[in-house]
Amino acid sequence: MDMLQVSVWRGAASGEYRSYEVPRQESQSVLDVVTYIQRSIDPTLSYRFACRVGMCGACAMTVNGVARWTCRTHVAKVAKNNTLQIGPLANLPVIKDLVTDMREFFDKWARARGQFASGSGTTRKDGFARVAADSPERVAANAGIECIGCGVCYASCDVVSWNPDYLGPAALNRAWTLVNDVRDGARAERLAAVAGDAGCHACHTHLSCSERCPKNIAPTASIAGLKRAVALAAWKGEL
Amino acid sequence: MSGGELNYAANPVTPRRADAKLETWLWIAQRGSAVVLALCVLVHLVTIIYAVRHGLTGAAILGRTRGNTAALAFYFLYVLAIAVHAPIGLRTLCQEWLGWRAASLNWVIGAIALALFAFGLRAG
Amino acid sequence: MNNDYRSRNHPAWWAFLVHRLSGLALSVFLPFHFLALGQALQGEARLDTLLRWTEQPLVKFAEIVLVLLLAAHLTGGLRLLALEFLPWRGWQKTLLAWAAGAALAAGLAFALAL
Repeated sequence: MDMLQVSVWRGAASGEYRSYEVPRQESQSVLDVVTYIQRSIDPTLSYRFACRVGMCGACAMTVNGVARWTCRTHVAKVAKNNTLQIGPLANLPVIKDLVTDMREFFDKWARARGQFASGSGTTRKDGFARVAADSPERVAANAGIECIGCGVCYASCDVVSWNPDYLGPAALNRAWTLVNDVRDGARAERLAAVAGDAGCHACHTHLSCSERCPKNIAPTASIAGLKRAVALAAWKGEL
Repeated sequence: MSGGELNYAANPVTPRRADAKLETWLWIAQRGSAVVLALCVLVHLVTIIYAVRHGLTGAAILGRTRGNTAALAFYFLYVLAIAVHAPIGLRTLCQEWLGWRAASLNWVIGAIALALFAFGLRAG
Repeated sequence: MNNDYRSRNHPAWWAFLVHRLSGLALSVFLPFHFLALGQALQGEARLDTLLRWTEQPLVKFAEIVLVLLLAAHLTGGLRLLALEFLPWRGWQKTLLAWAAGAALAAGLAFALAL
């Protein structure tokens, strides 16, 4: 039987990569590998997962230097010479081993005004809002609403690494979907929240987020949309 | 954690409006000057290639450019666009790769812009 | 933890790096360009002296590098403008290829013109 040489990050901000030998199987995912280590070799290994079928995003880790969902990453695709390196997601504080502190990720989501705000004067008694599915705004919003907040884009973004205040691709993508939601009532505040050095203008189109997003969302496109919307607002004196 | 801390809607942290406005206008200026430069650079490249290809002498070049108001206007626009475009780009580089985010950066960048503009015009 | 070269090993990232480094190099070159131009435009004799100086092989080589940098920064910039203002999608990678090609073409045109 082939054995995988797997080096896994152990520790927190400071720590080391420790090596484990894991039997190689057919159709094995990286999550299977991590689970095997924790159950059969070292029960002190900490890691996160939930659905294990590519729906929740909880199992996101850095595999051979690249952020991925480990449940959706076949070992055969990434293991070179039967070796694997597994670490926690980048750009986030490490709690222990493969588990990161996601609070700043979600804090930034809130800072980008990633919450729907109903328009003033609207009530539950009003009729349904009518939004054409093929309207340009709805198409733009739909392109980004499948985000499940897994953090892979945030971990892949170098601007996040270089600029601690940068809101990041996921938060900005969410803001864009709301900017395009014709029912939303907080457009002005949201545009103000996403403009600036910590916002959309810090994006330099590296496209790492769009390259890595497991749901094939292109946050870069959403951020470009925000740049245009913010510029227009500034031009009109509305920013 | 208290409920207050988690109440994001009630406690948003919005960047200072002045910062947002500054960055937005810098972005607009950068893209605007980029379009102007795209045209100027194309003209510049074509002219150089033409001049080199035809082995133009100093006299010939000066003959075509001196007293030529169109050439002068073009040059002025070119230098202006550069004085806007290059410093803004350098500013981003300094912020991200040197971690220089203090207000002093804006002053230095502004000085570079003025210097480029003055130097460029003087050369013309 | 931070990312390393493995996460950056994709075309759009190289395009960013080329764009930023070429911009930096051009910014450094510009003052010298203005200086030389200022000197040269003081008269035909000065301009001819400068033109003769540029005949040297090393200078010619530097000129080719500069034109390549300029062409790369320009076409990379046009690509960025397209990414930011046009409803792009999957074809942005092709766009990158065109940008690189155009840069090379400009550099070659200059080189051949010598």
